[in-house]
Amino acid sequence: MAAYLIRRLWQMIPTLFGVVLLVFLLFKAFGGDPAEILGGLNATQQQVDAIRQQLGLNESLWTQFYIFLKQIVTFDWGKSWATNEAVSHLFATRLPATLTVMVPILILDSFLAIPFAMGVAYVRGSLTDRAIMVLTTVALSISFLVYVIVGQYVFAFQLGLFPVQGWSDSVWTNLRVYAPLPVMLAVAVSLAPTTRLYRTFFLDEIGHDYVRTARAKGMTEPVVLLRHVLRNAMIPILTNVAVALPGIFVGSFLIEVFFSIPGLGREILLAVNRSDYPVIQAFAIYIAVITMIVNLATDILYKLVDPRVVLK
Amino acid sequence: MSTVLLSPQLTPSMTRSTGVWSAAATRFRSDHVGMTSLVIVVLFLLLVLASGVGLVAKDWQVERGVPDAPPTFVGPAAATDSVAIAAPSGPNVDISAVDPLAPRYKEWAEAAKKYQTTESVKALTLPFGGDRLGRDVLAKAIKGAQVSILVGVSSAVLATIIGTLLGAIAGFFGGKAGDLLEWIYNVFTAVPGILLIFAFAAVFGRGIGSVVLILGLAGWTGIYRLVRAEFMKHAVRDYVRSAEAIGASTGSRMFRHILPNVSHVVLVQLSIHVVGFIKSEVILSYLGLGVGVDQVSWGTMLSEAQSELILGHWWQLAAATLFMAVFVTAFSLMTDALRDALDPKLRGLE
Repeated sequence: MAAYLIRRLWQMIPTLFGVVLLVFLLFKAFGGDPAEILGGLNATQQQVDAIRQQLGLNESLWTQFYIFLKQIVTFDWGKSWATNEAVSHLFATRLPATLTVMVPILILDSFLAIPFAMGVAYVRGSLTDRAIMVLTTVALSISFLVYVIVGQYVFAFQLGLFPVQGWSDSVWTNLRVYAPLPVMLAVAVSLAPTTRLYRTFFLDEIGHDYVRTARAKGMTEPVVLLRHVLRNAMIPILTNVAVALPGIFVGSFLIEVFFSIPGLGREILLAVNRSDYPVIQAFAIYIAVITMIVNLATDILYKLVDPRVVLK
Repeated sequence: MSTVLLSPQLTPSMTRSTGVWSAAATRFRSDHVGMTSLVIVVLFLLLVLASGVGLVAKDWQVERGVPDAPPTFVGPAAATDSVAIAAPSGPNVDISAVDPLAPRYKEWAEAAKKYQTTESVKALTLPFGGDRLGRDVLAKAIKGAQVSILVGVSSAVLATIIGTLLGAIAGFFGGKAGDLLEWIYNVFTAVPGILLIFAFAAVFGRGIGSVVLILGLAGWTGIYRLVRAEFMKHAVRDYVRSAEAIGASTGSRMFRHILPNVSHVVLVQLSIHVVGFIKSEVILSYLGLGVGVDQVSWGTMLSEAQSELILGHWWQLAAATLFMAVFVTAFSLMTDALRDALDPKLRGLE
């Protein structure tokens, strides 16, 4: 186990190096000149030169890359170009809001989709199954934007059941007052594709011989489904949740934009609109690191769910 | 394989087994849902073509109706009983003696004549309503379809070309080149997709070309993976080795021998990506990272519709949603049918 962990961590290094290189070269080669972005339209040549000097843009590419690497390792990204807020502070203060919304979404989505998908897979080929499949196809083809626009309009503006948007400093108030509508809408939208996907996982398992054997032994349907089928279907489901897991850090940026939630997703969108390079670069690299760690954690989790899995 | 050895003159008289494409076409034709979807998709593509050459929706920017004109079937909006401030009565006071601008009034009146605006009669209702400026929503939706579908298809084609080319190289050669490409693949998949799109958007800026580039560059990884696996499988098959034995070059073996045999995988992936990229384009345009301000796409329509909805003007939202839903549903069902037809092994899995 320890050997496995060390090897996996070792393998992350080249990938991580690639991500750093990609981000560095992308902004160097295609991004605008940082000095001109920072200086604004009215900057004189002297001011631009001074900023270039300060940012080290006159150094060689290698020195600049070295500075970039040093920033990553020391977690010192300096300040946002737009707000002069330290990037690390930005990261730390925006993360809680994102997690407050995204964790309930992920939990509700997974736990609601599993029984739905199992039920639909059980009545496979019936009218109910086909009707739900057609319904999810149509539901999927409508843009996520429409659901949120209409949902916000109907539930918050017309019916007044929730605040239209807003956020507070207290986690409990946020969860109770501001988070329910965004969470509800996001879960309602993601339920259709998740149910579709999980249904195929269940269908793969239901056709297997061990299910027939279990039935032949005289086990009741709930036991067959819950104890045998569910446990085997959990592996692809877990993979799927793991793939979605790093996404909770970027947050559903659309949800955050619509409901004015001060989270990471909204922050990065603002950064893109303001050409705030340090923020975008820092986010891209750290989220990549988190993604890799989560993937590793998932692989270890497989072992717990399925004893047959051998970690090599 | 034996037919290969026969001289070409003999081949037509032989009873050949049906090829993979004609067999797929037969299977596709028997799929009613797939055929119906295909018809709808073709109709949409004709609409895009018609709007592209300027047959329909050419004048989508013309303000034909009153602002926020309701759809014709709803009827004109109730007139509000607001009155303008009454014009003052009594004679005008002649101040030309002290007015410092007076000497230039004639000159300005001459200049103003050059810019005579045509005062057109604004319609009270439009077929499917008007937007904030009184532009026809139906024309906007058609023009928006042109932009959205064009962006979706071109970026899917770009992603497919990148993915297929890199996948072919990685799968066929393996070794050092394969490792390098595998490394690039790992790097691109390590960053979550949406973050990659944002990073590209930050450096490439706005506009149709940028969106195509952004989506294409961020979305090729899935296709690369599949094509690579197929090429690895095919590279060691007998027909490829035979081709090598008769002196077929490396490029010829990759793209004339193997590629046609894996093209069904590529085609299905292409159409799956079209749907995904259209949705992404709509979201990017909504966020202001997509098409330019002088263009219209379903995404910009939705972003305008959000503030209109609060005033009760639902038609722009309905038009954009309806157009998009019909096209995307038809395209997804067509893709499903295509996959079933090209890869019968997968039938009924989903």
